[in-house]
Amino acid sequence: MLIIILLISISLSIALIFLGAFIWNVKSGQYDDTYGPSVRMLYEDKQKKIDSESNLIDPQVPS
Amino acid sequence: MIATTQVNAGTEHLCYHCGQACDDELNVAEEKNFCCFGCKTVYEILNDNNLCDYYSFETSPGVSLRYVSDKAYAFLNEPSIRKKILEFDSSGYSKVKFLVPSIHCISCIWLLENLQKLNKAILKSEVNFSKKTVSVDFDPQVMELSALAQLMTSLGYAPQISLAGGVEQPNTSKSLITKLAIAGFCFGNIMLLSFPEYLGLDVADDTLRKVFSFLNLSLAVPVILYSGQEYFLAAWKSFRQRQINIDVPIALGLLALFARSANDIVSNTGPGYLDSLSGLVFFLLIGRWFQSKTYESLSFERDYKSFFPLSAQKKVGDEWKATLVYELQKGDEIRVRNMEVVPADCLLLTKDAFIDYSFVTGESKPVKVEPGDLIYAGGRLVGSPIILVVEKETSQSHLTSLWNNVAFAKAGESVHKKTIDNVARKFTWIVLGLALITAMYWYVVDPSRMWLILTAVLMVACPCALALAAPFTYGSMLRVFGKYGFYLKNADVIERLSSITAFVFDKTGTITRGSEEVKFMGSLKSGEFAAIKVMTAASSHPLSILISKSIVGNDKDSAEDFKEIPGKGIEGIVKGMKIRIGSPGYLSVLGVSSDQGTKVFVEINGEIKGYFQIGASLRKELPSLLQRLNGSFVSLLSGDHEGDKKRMAELFPANAPLFFNQSPHQKLTYISDLQKQKMKVMMIGDGLNDSGALKQSDVGIAVADDTSIFTPACDAILTGENLKRLDTFILLAKKATTILRVAFGISFFYNFVALSFAMSGHLTPLVAAILMPISSISVVGFSTLAVNVVSSRKLSVLSDPKN
Repeated sequence: MLIIILLISISLSIALIFLGAFIWNVKSGQYDDTYGPSVRMLYEDKQKKIDSESNLIDPQVPS
Repeated sequence: MIATTQVNAGTEHLCYHCGQACDDELNVAEEKNFCCFGCKTVYEILNDNNLCDYYSFETSPGVSLRYVSDKAYAFLNEPSIRKKILEFDSSGYSKVKFLVPSIHCISCIWLLENLQKLNKAILKSEVNFSKKTVSVDFDPQVMELSALAQLMTSLGYAPQISLAGGVEQPNTSKSLITKLAIAGFCFGNIMLLSFPEYLGLDVADDTLRKVFSFLNLSLAVPVILYSGQEYFLAAWKSFRQRQINIDVPIALGLLALFARSANDIVSNTGPGYLDSLSGLVFFLLIGRWFQSKTYESLSFERDYKSFFPLSAQKKVGDEWKATLVYELQKGDEIRVRNMEVVPADCLLLTKDAFIDYSFVTGESKPVKVEPGDLIYAGGRLVGSPIILVVEKETSQSHLTSLWNNVAFAKAGESVHKKTIDNVARKFTWIVLGLALITAMYWYVVDPSRMWLILTAVLMVACPCALALAAPFTYGSMLRVFGKYGFYLKNADVIERLSSITAFVFDKTGTITRGSEEVKFMGSLKSGEFAAIKVMTAASSHPLSILISKSIVGNDKDSAEDFKEIPGKGIEGIVKGMKIRIGSPGYLSVLGVSSDQGTKVFVEINGEIKGYFQIGASLRKELPSLLQRLNGSFVSLLSGDHEGDKKRMAELFPANAPLFFNQSPHQKLTYISDLQKQKMKVMMIGDGLNDSGALKQSDVGIAVADDTSIFTPACDAILTGENLKRLDTFILLAKKATTILRVAFGISFFYNFVALSFAMSGHLTPLVAAILMPISSISVVGFSTLAVNVVSSRKLSVLSDPKN
């Protein structure tokens, strides 16, 4: 009996920690811009760019 | 050769930078086409700095620089202004946050975050896409703030600077998300802890039951006190105003649920209905969150102030210095350049000028002003720079005084009774009546169960599904509209949209495009066109500028013996051809009717070759839209002169009233007169002169070709290209109202079932825990699905780009 109560209180406090973390995230502005970060991670590094630059630029207008 | 083909040349060239058709001129660099010099310059800047990846993320991602005037940002260097704008300032490091409305795609983010490659003084820049802001860290010793703004403007990302304090508003969505998170967390845990009870616990497990119950109770406290507090506050507010809205039965239900559950748990008679309670709050908050989708970057509340420039160039000693517009005083000398707005009522000092008042009065042709004449604030200069003497301060100018007029102050939001509140009022009375009858019945039959059953009735009557129907129906519709360039201020507008019976259009900017259309009637060789371009390029008359822009090509010739006869025309010699261009009177052409816009005649070597016809170009899809609206009351209100009356009469249905020379006040009174005749009026306009009418009407729609430029206060912003869909939007708004009614029906059905359980005394916690989520989910599912199916069917016909 006691063990169930113990387990539940442990699980509840862990869940509370995550809830607290989530609220902290919201307050610190992590959800202010949900679009920017998703595309930002796709940009390549600057250095590679300059090396292979000539191949990357497509002079034709895709229509 | 019929020469009209020269203008709008047959094959379409699309600008490599901004993707617009190169109608007016064609600039070519490295085998790529550009619609204007500005776009080409941006390409060259990016090319020089190895930033051409900008074009690889999306096709033609750029912002057209065609309409961007070279704004002066020198005033940003004034210490007092600097201090207001900078977020952080020290000798070697400053941080600023600009609002840049033209951010729209991945390429924008990429370029703006690579600003440091263009200027070493920029240390870091970061874009917030949803708020459309850019934070830039830079070294103020190397780069001035004005230079930074100038750099961004030159790339097409002109920052919008406002001195009205920080742009940040208290963020309501953040607290809503927090409330939602807490409600969701408690809902989940309470459900988990309620399961053992539903599945059946032994008598031996009584301690466990108690522990679970009290844990549930403590988890429910934040739900009702924090997450659900708005419903109690709103209910209390409406109670004090002696009105009943949807929040009253919700608050009543929540209260009954909590009181009954607490009572059951404390007296150890049952597990309570806490899972239903927290689930209810959770679903309600989801609905609120779904509906709260707004277009943060668009402003629906702008007044004349945001139309005025922030600074003007004032003469101090022998220098021109940037000064804040609000610091201008009577007698100050100011300089205004091409396409800049005159900031205060002024007298003209220099030679003749042309002022375009189209945004203020609706008059589409630039007005000629002579030295010593008064120029009103809000006019836009067309042509070479002029020097003015301030006559009245900005706050007292002609235009501003119009705004402080009583008529404008009076025109508040029209009070609209929402369907949901009507339904909720009836609903509440019925529920209270039923509760009373049930209470009386059980008082006679079995008084000990009366309280239990009374609270059960109030609990299940809680119109959760009802309250969810509107947010999800209108919220989905809002998103669909947004996808098609129709941005509503909030969901309430949809309901008003569905009841519209009268349409009032403004002319300039709405029926016609802001730009003028130039056509040549007659025949000319292409060499002669080039010669005309050379001639007209040399003149600063607005008509010359239009003609010069309409001819595609780049000729480096210059005109000899060039002469401009003010008010008449120009003459000169190009490549041996003697050319005279001007009014019929100047070239002594007889028998010219003036009903079809302005005509500019061309004479080469003494022979009249034909004329340029200049008139505002109609929006292409408008005639068919007006035809489709034929069943309703349609009217035209224009601030412009009657020159276009014939053309407009052809366009509008035969019985449609057309009014010209209307002042902003007349427009406003006209709308309220229509409303007195019990019409629901939609006003479609674009200028400052329409804002009174937009405000007075039931739905005011501002038409804008570029949503980042100024739009007057309104209920909705519609992009110009989507004006043709206006009737479809209204049809969809009507459909949305129908869908909402069906959703109400579904939710009533569940309420009826639940009430029959409650009144007969069979509402166990398990039944409530099953019934409540099912009703909410089915209503949400139905309304979201129905809206999307209906709108995709209606709009897919039109989404064909050629349509």
